[in-house]
Amino acid sequence: MLKKGERAPDFTLYATPDQKIVLSELKGKNVILAFYPADWSPVCSDQMALYNETLKYFSKHDAMLLGISVDSKWCHLAFSQSRNLHFPLLADFEPKGEVSKKYGVYDDEEGECKRALFVIDKEGRIAWSYLSPTAINPGADGILDALESLKKK
Amino acid sequence: MGSLLKPPVGPGDHVIGHADAAVEIVEYGDFQCPHCAAAHPVTKEILKVFGDQVRFVFRNFPLAESHRYATIAAIAAEAAGLQHKYWEMHDMIFEHQASLSYDSLFVLAGKLGLNPEQFERDLQNEALRDKVESDFESGIRSGVNGTPSFFVNGNKFDGAAGDLFAMLKESSN
Repeated sequence: MLKKGERAPDFTLYATPDQKIVLSELKGKNVILAFYPADWSPVCSDQMALYNETLKYFSKHDAMLLGISVDSKWCHLAFSQSRNLHFPLLADFEPKGEVSKKYGVYDDEEGECKRALFVIDKEGRIAWSYLSPTAINPGADGILDALESLKKK
Repeated sequence: MGSLLKPPVGPGDHVIGHADAAVEIVEYGDFQCPHCAAAHPVTKEILKVFGDQVRFVFRNFPLAESHRYATIAAIAAEAAGLQHKYWEMHDMIFEHQASLSYDSLFVLAGKLGLNPEQFERDLQNEALRDKVESDFESGIRSGVNGTPSFFVNGNKFDGAAGDLFAMLKESSN
């Protein structure tokens, strides 16, 4: 798993069925990557629902949240609509898990991402990373602490 | 992740019990969350069984995107608090969660004998909305990851209300 200080590998992934997001194009903004195992599963649903409520606190720190799993763009669309999510979900779908593997958070046994968080600073460096036990929703406090310490720099 | 209650219980909190109680329980809850409604009778029972040994604090953690009445219900409880009926309203909302709506809050306020004009005005009170929001923010900073979340003597407790009850029973034996 990539650690603090390393350069965040660039990627281009579908955010909606006809729109892709390129990480390097987000330079100048802090970026939060939330890798999660699967759309619809209970812990992931709770975690994404929580982040949906905390976007306001992220944007205070000039940070954009991106959820990532290996689910397809159409699956993400349905999940996002059903949970009324206000942030993009990226499809690490083809080649499957390629981005998760680059970040060192792919679970080969399950064929899913692990539950992992990265905060990437405005220059594209990893400022903080955290691997959560798969069954546990890591909350948002670690993200906010990391964003706060970026501001102090 | 971070599991300490931030900030500690203070004068802005709604508290049952004494400051010198051995066990301080803080719940972050959402009035429209079914798990919180299920936890409600359990926390009542804890207070009954352990009496003076426990003090109980409730902080708001409305998941407004999932539960459309969560925020207004939290404000309604705070509004009742301004008329010295915080806990009565708190209990009533959980006990009538199945029929929760904007109008039902007025019915409950009526049952408690609140001044209806003041109650209605206070539902729009920005200071109360800010209080609910600052509770929510403190929850995030304390590592709340869902509702209900409990803190025991300032540390996050990983479990439901029933687990908390069992833990207290065990440690009092």
